[in-house]
Amino acid sequence: MGSEARARTLFESMPGDKLEVFQQWFSDTIPHNKALGLMVTAVRKGGASMRLDWEPHLVGNPETGVLHGGAITAMLDACSGMAVATVLTKAQPFATLDLRIDYVHPATPGQPVLADAECFRLTSNVAFTRAVAHHGDPADPIASSAGTFMLATKGKAAMGLHAPHAASEKGKGQ
Amino acid sequence: MTVLLEKLEAARKANDLSRLGEAIPYARWMGMAPENTTGELLTRMRYSPHLIGNTHLPALHGGTIGALLETAAIFHLLWEMDNAALPRIINITVDFLRSGRPMDTLARAKFTKLGRRVASVAVEAWQDDRSRPVGAAQLHFLVTPVK
Repeated sequence: MGSEARARTLFESMPGDKLEVFQQWFSDTIPHNKALGLMVTAVRKGGASMRLDWEPHLVGNPETGVLHGGAITAMLDACSGMAVATVLTKAQPFATLDLRIDYVHPATPGQPVLADAECFRLTSNVAFTRAVAHHGDPADPIASSAGTFMLATKGKAAMGLHAPHAASEKGKGQ
Repeated sequence: MTVLLEKLEAARKANDLSRLGEAIPYARWMGMAPENTTGELLTRMRYSPHLIGNTHLPALHGGTIGALLETAAIFHLLWEMDNAALPRIINITVDFLRSGRPMDTLARAKFTKLGRRVASVAVEAWQDDRSRPVGAAQLHFLVTPVK
């Protein structure tokens, strides 16, 4: 991400336990993430990881118990948004512009899904992300995504960092 | 998939699609159900606080809009195709067009192309004003029978 060379990210200047801050923000404060049971498992500058446990109410195919794609979509969106949040140099709301997801392989029923996202490029208006969802081996993905996020959308940049909505909020921010 | 296909058969006979949503646990939890009261097949996502992604605006979580678009495409395929196989999603590309406000969201799907193996489906979602969509998606499904 080109711009990091110039300015320090908010992430770098955050005091205290960064993982805890992001867990509070993404797992506890965003209602839909909380309802899904999305857990933030790791965060670094430019990257984020989450876990989604298999739950009966997230099933899309009642015969097989395979998770609905919608739950994985929400997870990849949230995780990608969180990766964007780690590279911002100023507090600003942002929102998903588009997200493409390839469903490479069905999720295995009963197993948690893990997601790893990275924000690989940040410009003044747009952030670019990629992410994978998998069962433990990122090289053997369930789903793979490419996303773009618009920066400085309407709304407040809350909570000292960016707007809390940030990641999760895709659809909205504009 | 038999349960689902049985429900589909029953829904066809009754010309009432609303029960189809009940057969899918995730759709039920998300408050999504198909409806064909106006002569076209729409999928409604009933507003509920657990769909919120941004409490400040407030706005629906983008993932819920993506999920609605995908679910609407699946209902469309199930309803329109005489195929005893569940469509399997290959990919989805979602455009987030506007902030989703805390209210019901509707979606309508149509075939871009229905081939022998692959169906291309376009879906649009809106809230109170159909001319101002909150999201749109293009999806591909494999529609061959499962081996």
